[in-house]
Amino acid sequence: MEKVLTKNIRPDGEPPDFQAYEEAGGYQALRKALRMEPKAITELIKKSTLRGRGGAGFPTGLKWSFVPTGKDAPHPKYLVANADEMEPGTFKDRLLLEGDPHQLIEGMIIAGWALEADVAFIFLRGEYTLAAKRLSKAIAEGYEQGCLGNSILGSDYNLELYLHLSAGRYMCGEETGLLNALEGKRANPRAKPPFPQISGLWGKPTIVQNVETLANIPHIIQNGPEWFKSLGRSQSGGTKLYGASGKVKRPGLWELPMGTPIREILEEHAGGMRDGVKFRGLLPGGASTDFLVEEHLDVPMDFDDVQKAGSRLGTGTMIILDDRTCPVEMVRNLEHFFAQESCGWCTPCWAGLPWAEQILTAIEEGKGEPGDLDILAHITRWVAPGNTFCALAPGAAEPLQSALKHFREDFARHIKEKRCPWH
Amino acid sequence: MLSPEERQEIEAELAHYPRKQSVSIDAMKIVQRHRGWVSDESLQDIAELLGMSTDDLDGVATFYNLIFRKPVGRHVIMVCDSVSCWIMGCDRIRERLCSRLKIKPGETTPDGRFTLLPIVCLGACDHAPVMMVDDDLHQDLDPQQLDGFLEKYK
Repeated sequence: MEKVLTKNIRPDGEPPDFQAYEEAGGYQALRKALRMEPKAITELIKKSTLRGRGGAGFPTGLKWSFVPTGKDAPHPKYLVANADEMEPGTFKDRLLLEGDPHQLIEGMIIAGWALEADVAFIFLRGEYTLAAKRLSKAIAEGYEQGCLGNSILGSDYNLELYLHLSAGRYMCGEETGLLNALEGKRANPRAKPPFPQISGLWGKPTIVQNVETLANIPHIIQNGPEWFKSLGRSQSGGTKLYGASGKVKRPGLWELPMGTPIREILEEHAGGMRDGVKFRGLLPGGASTDFLVEEHLDVPMDFDDVQKAGSRLGTGTMIILDDRTCPVEMVRNLEHFFAQESCGWCTPCWAGLPWAEQILTAIEEGKGEPGDLDILAHITRWVAPGNTFCALAPGAAEPLQSALKHFREDFARHIKEKRCPWH
Repeated sequence: MLSPEERQEIEAELAHYPRKQSVSIDAMKIVQRHRGWVSDESLQDIAELLGMSTDDLDGVATFYNLIFRKPVGRHVIMVCDSVSCWIMGCDRIRERLCSRLKIKPGETTPDGRFTLLPIVCLGACDHAPVMMVDDDLHQDLDPQQLDGFLEKYK
């Protein structure tokens, strides 16, 4: 199948520099976009059905249409690439950042033009040191070649692009937490409304998009929305970076048509389970998605289909649970992460998540009590959407609530036998 | 007192943002790059430069995993303890490092060479288990090979 986002990426090699990227057809989409009206670009992205690749899956064109444009719009307006990839089990944006930084930059300039943005930031997690080096070099090349700064490629469009290196905290990946972090504050979430598209960074209109979403933009401009839709195997178009980690034969990352079934990814690409272990379940799109099990293996990895199966596509990078790994301890590991990364802003999250972690630790250590599973189920409802400021705690509830459903017997056995059957 | 280099680097960052406070994280990282950590005194100096209260800046400092408010060793080892690395055996990596360095996570060796810290998912899950030593990512770790590899960090 056609590789789109990864066509320039050479495994273990240097990314294409400006010249190589241009020779491979790069920055042609930007030239084309600069000849279009900004509103026409947003319309084109809407038609393409592109949905955000960061986890929530919001339609990108629709999001852009919320930003005020035209001569009465407030300025400066901001565009932010969310490169704070910290969801456990997720390693897809790293490939795009390290492997083809100019693709992201071109996508950002086109998005910036569509939104009439003045300043753009790449918000990069501090641990991605190689990506930081390569992005800095690519940004400098962009300025030298006239693709950034004033009068981009001879047009009257100006855009400054800066790399912001974060200092490590999962909350920064949350849209409004990220805005606070960029303003030099603790990354607590902000109440919505106002939505960032109207009032974001320093009170100005701001669009935050995931790296993979932005990387798609040049290709949609260049080849059109119908082409993009035709790439997918389901209603939502395009390709998707899918990954698998855990005890599969070939853990990795693959660019495949949107809607490729789970089984195909697991068996053909990841090579199936390692010898001596059996498949028990998976988190389809990172730590904050519900477990799916054997009966779901034929579900296409697409936003709507995974949702119908009771989970979320999330980031599309799957974490595989095998029969030699204790599901209770796996969930304990996940809840430890969420409890630690909670920013402490709202009570259900800071109180609920450490409580869940404590109970799971007790169960794992053979000190669980018969009522514990009801308390855990209660906590998952207590942190449900609507009760918390942001999506962190509802996300934390997803693997827990689904583990209580699919692996209930394992939890019960820990409590009954007062030990972990896997130890 | 901030050194002239530190001050210069912080001021270069100021140009990217409309308000001074926005560079608080960059400023602390700059000082940390020069001194290894952010002391109370450095915190005060940065706060003054940015027109913030020291308490506000400490609130920011303590929010982020990679800002060190205590001295650390010459090399910081960060072992991923998130889910994919856990499935692939990060506990054995951590245990091996603890017994080899004779310290617990959060501690520094008496010779000031290594600090051992846990870290959340490093986004290299297809090569789990992984860890970072300073700015370098190390992948597909095996407890047996750790000994030789620490030799590189003097």
